[in-house]
Amino acid sequence: MALKIGDYKTEVHNDWCPGCGDFGIVNAIQMALSEMQIPRHKAAIFSGIGCSGKTSHFINVYGVHTLHGRVLTFAQGAKLANPEMTIIAAGGDGDGLGIGAGHFVAAGRRNLDLTYIIFNNGVYGLTKGQASPTLRLGEKTKSLPSPNTNYNVNPIGLAIASGFTFVARGYAYDVRHLKDLIIAAVRHKGLAFLDVLQPCPTYNDINTRDWYSGMDRIDEAQKQHSRIYKLEDTGYDPTVHYDSEPELNEKLTQALIKSLEWDTKIPTGVFYKNEIISQYERRIMDKIPNYMENPPSAQVISANGKPTTDISKILDSMSV
Amino acid sequence: MLNQTDISWLIGGPQGSGVESGANIFSRACAAMGYEVFGKREFYSNIKGEHSYFVVRISSNAIHSNINDITMMAAFDAETVFRHTDGVIKNGAIIYDSDLVATKVDEVHTLDDFFKERLVKYLDSKNKPHTIQGILDIAQERGVNLFPISFRNVLSTMADEANNPRLKGMVRMFNVLGVAFSLGVFGMPPETLLSSIDVIFAKKKAIAELNKQAANYAYNYAAAKFPNFANHLKPIEKKSGNLLVQGYQGTALGKMACGCRFQPYYPITPASDESVYLESNEILEVKENRPGSTVVVQTEDEISAMGMTIGGALTGARSATCTSGPGFSLMAEALGWAGINEVPIVITLYQRSGPSTGLPTRHGQDDLMCTVYAGHGEFPKIVYASGDIEESFYDTGRCFNYADVYQVPVIHMMDKFLASSVVTCKRFDSDKITINRGKLLDKIEGEYKRFELVPDGISPRSKLGLENGIFWNTGDESDEYGHISEDPELRIKMMDKRFSKLDYALDTIPKEEQAVSFGVFDYCVISWGSAKGPILDAIDMLKKENINIGFIQIKLLHPFPTAYVKSLLKNAKTIIDIEANQTGQLGILLKQNLEQGPDYYILKYTGRAMTSTELYDSLKNILANKAEKRQVLTHGA
Ligand SMILES: Cc1ncc(C[n+]2csc(CCOP(=O)(O)OP(=O)(O)O)c2C)c(N)n1
Ligand code: SF4
Ligand SMILES: [Mg+2]
Repeated sequence: MALKIGDYKTEVHNDWCPGCGDFGIVNAIQMALSEMQIPRHKAAIFSGIGCSGKTSHFINVYGVHTLHGRVLTFAQGAKLANPEMTIIAAGGDGDGLGIGAGHFVAAGRRNLDLTYIIFNNGVYGLTKGQASPTLRLGEKTKSLPSPNTNYNVNPIGLAIASGFTFVARGYAYDVRHLKDLIIAAVRHKGLAFLDVLQPCPTYNDINTRDWYSGMDRIDEAQKQHSRIYKLEDTGYDPTVHYDSEPELNEKLTQALIKSLEWDTKIPTGVFYKNEIISQYERRIMDKIPNYMENPPSAQVISANGKPTTDISKILDSMSV
Repeated sequence: MLNQTDISWLIGGPQGSGVESGANIFSRACAAMGYEVFGKREFYSNIKGEHSYFVVRISSNAIHSNINDITMMAAFDAETVFRHTDGVIKNGAIIYDSDLVATKVDEVHTLDDFFKERLVKYLDSKNKPHTIQGILDIAQERGVNLFPISFRNVLSTMADEANNPRLKGMVRMFNVLGVAFSLGVFGMPPETLLSSIDVIFAKKKAIAELNKQAANYAYNYAAAKFPNFANHLKPIEKKSGNLLVQGYQGTALGKMACGCRFQPYYPITPASDESVYLESNEILEVKENRPGSTVVVQTEDEISAMGMTIGGALTGARSATCTSGPGFSLMAEALGWAGINEVPIVITLYQRSGPSTGLPTRHGQDDLMCTVYAGHGEFPKIVYASGDIEESFYDTGRCFNYADVYQVPVIHMMDKFLASSVVTCKRFDSDKITINRGKLLDKIEGEYKRFELVPDGISPRSKLGLENGIFWNTGDESDEYGHISEDPELRIKMMDKRFSKLDYALDTIPKEEQAVSFGVFDYCVISWGSAKGPILDAIDMLKKENINIGFIQIKLLHPFPTAYVKSLLKNAKTIIDIEANQTGQLGILLKQNLEQGPDYYILKYTGRAMTSTELYDSLKNILANKAEKRQVLTHGA
C-alpha cells in the first residue's frame, strides 16, 4: 500500500510561531519521504536543539532529538551501525555552524551516506534571537542590543571546503523545490548538505519573507525582483563528471564563487555534486569486506546467552 | 635477603629507545620459563628523550603488584643510573654502560631541577662526586654488585666477528643488549630469550634476526664475564594455560567476546591503546558462516565519540567508547542524554591523574566522584570498577549486560596502572561470559511505546530499523512515546521510573558482582579498582607474620551497594581506606551511604602506582597504633 504524506505526520502539537519558515521545511521532508516511498521504520530524523530541533517530533519515522550542536555525531553513529537506514539530520544554523562547527567539518571529511539540513534563519531562535553564525557583520536584528560584531560564516563554502559531496541551498517557502532538493540529497551517494533559507518572523526582521521575495526591489514597471533564483535555470552544471583534477577544481571553484553571491542575487539549487569521492562506507569495506551486509546492528553475537565470537586464535598468540 | 623466587628487574632509558620492547622480551622470556610476571611501565608525557622505565617483577608465586626493592637493573643511559640506583637492594645487581661513568649530573638535560637538587645533596652528604661513578660507589659500598659493560665495545666486537659493520652503529639495539646481558647474568637459558624476540618482533622478520644475533652474542658475553651472580634463575614448572597480557587487552578482548561491535573513540593516553588494538583485530571469527567485525572510528573529539556511541546503540548494536578523564569530562552532557533516553552504552574509563591534563601519563584513581556525579541533572547510571586485568575481561561482559538489562549508561572504571601493566594471568574463558540483552526486541506487533510505564521500570526496547518499533528520543522530558512533555505529574512518573531501575539493579545484580570479600578481620581494608593488587600482596606479606587483615573490594560503586557492604563490614572494627587519590573518594561514598567513614586512609597521588612494600609499611604503622589518620605514599620515580 502506497504511503501518503499524512502517514509521515505525527499528531504532536506544533508550537512554532505562526509564519515560521520551519513549517515549510517539515512539509518538504514529509513530501520527500512519501514521494520516495521510504518505509517509515527505515527512516530516521535526527535533530539538534533549537526551534528547528523539534522537527523530529513532527515526522512519523524514527525521531531522535539530540543535543545542541551534536546532531551529526548521533546521526553518523546510527548510520555507521546500521547503514540500511535513511538518515536525515536537521538542525539550526547555530547548532550546526556555531557550537557544532567542528562536527560539521569532520562529517564532511568522512562523507557518510546521509543528508544534513540546516535551518538557516540568521538567529538563535529558541534562545530569543541572538546572532547566529550566518548573520552578517554589522547587521542588527530585532532583539540584538547592538549590531553583530562577527563576520558571517559561509555555509555552502564551508561545506565544500570540508568535503561534503553534495551541496545545495533551498528556500523554506518554496516547498516543492525544497522537496526536490531533499530527494536529490537523499539519493546522493555520500554526505549531502542542504542550506535552507528560513525566515524567522519573530526575531529576524532583516531576512524576511518579503526581503527574499524582493518587496523592496520593485522596478519602474512595478515588477518585483525576487532575490532568490535557481541555479538550474541558468544552465549551471554542479556535477563533477570525471576523476580529473582540472574537472574537480573547476566545479569546486565555480561553486565557491556562487556561494559568495548574496544580497541582490541569492542562488538556490545544487551548487556541487561529486560521487567520485568514495563514501565512508566504502572505505570501511576496504578493511571489512562484508561490512554492508553484516554491519554492527545486524551481527549475531550470542547463541543461548553465550558468546559466538571466537577469540581463541588471539589468545593463542598471547599464550606463554 | 635475596629471595630466589621473587625478583624485580628494572630497565630504563630515554623514551623512544625501546625500553618497552626490551621489557616485553624480558617478561615473555620469564613467563616462558614458568614464572608469574607483573610488569609496569612509567613514562613521561613525551615521545622522545624523556626518561621511561619498566619494572618487571617475577615470582614463582602469584603476584599482583610491584615492590620497592629492585634485584637487578639494566641501564643503558645515565639518567636511569641516577634515578634508580638507590632502589637496588644489597646483593642485587646493576648492569650499566661503562662508557657513562664520568657523566656528571649537570650533563643529563632530562633530569629536572627538583630531582637534581635532591641528588646533589645526597651525593654531597656521602662525599661523592656528582657523577655516575659517584652514585655507583655508594651502591657498591652498600653491597650492590656492579656489572660494567661497554655497550659500544660489545657492538663493535660483535660487528667485527660477524663481519657485519652495520651492527656497529646499532645503538637502537641497546635495549636488547640490556635484556640479553641481564639474562646472561641471571644465567637463564638463552633459548627463551631468542624465542621471545621472535614473538615481540613477529611482524618484522629482518629486525628480529638482527636482534637475535645481537642478543645471542650479548648473552654469551655477559654469562662468560659475570658467571657468579648469586641469584641464578632456573626454569620452573610451567602452569598451563597462562597468558601474558598487556593491560588494555583485557577490556578489548572482553569487548570482542561479549559482542561490542561499534567503538568510536578519540585518542588519549592511556585509553587509546584499547581502541587501536580493537581496530587491529577488527575482523572477528564467529561461530557462524561469515566473519563478524568491530567498527572502530576515530572521531574529531570525545563529544562526537559519545554521540556516535549513542547513535550506534540506538540501532541495537552493542556500542562503547573508551577514554580518560579529559575526554570523559567532555562526554558528560551526552551521558545525561543517554540516561534520560535509557540508552545502553559502555564507557571504558582509563583513569589517569587529573585535574585537567594533570599528570597525563601517570596513574590515579581520582575520577570516582566525577563519574558518580557526571552530567547535570539527575539520571541513573552504573559505575563499575575492575581490580585487575583478569577481572577486566569478565567485567566488560558484565558491564554490557548491565547496560542492556537496566538500559542505562555504564561507566567501566579502569586506570593507567592497569593499562600499562604486563602480567601473566589465566587464559580468558569466553564461556564464562553470559550475554543478556535484556528487553531488546526483535519483533514488534501492535502499538509501541518506547518509554511505557511498566512495573519494573524497564520498558521493552526497540531499535532503529525495526518494523512497528518507531520511537522518539529527546533530551527533554517526554511522554511514553518519547515526545516532549512538561506535565508535572508525568515528570514525577518518568523520573521515578528511571530511578527505580537503580533499586532493581541492586536487587538483581548478584552480590558477588557488587563487592568481593577477601576475608574480614578486626582491621579491614576497603578499596576499589587497581589498588587491589598491591593490597592483596601487602596482606599476604602480613599473613606470613601471622597478622590477618581483611579486605573488601567494592566493584559496584554506583548505585552503592549499601546493605551488602554494611553486612560485610559488620565485624570489622577498624576500617582502612586505600586508594590512589588525595581526598579518599571511596571514603566519601562510605560516609554518605553507611553513615560511617573509614578510620584510616592510605592515599597515593604522586601518579605512581602503589607498591605492596609501602602498603605493608603503612598497614604496620596502623597496627602499631603509630599512624596518623591519613598516610600519604610516595614511592617511585
Ligand atoms: C550546550 C547548550 N548550550 C546552550 C543551549 C541553549 N540553546 C538552546 S537552542 C540554542 C540556539 C538555537 O539556535 P539555532 O541552532 O540557530 O536554532 P533555531 O532555534 O534558530 O532553530 C541555544 C544556544 C543548549 N541547549 N545547550
Ligand atoms: S522563533 Fe523564529 S525560528 Fe523559532 S519558531 Fe519562532 S519564527 Fe520559527
Ligand atoms: Mg537559527
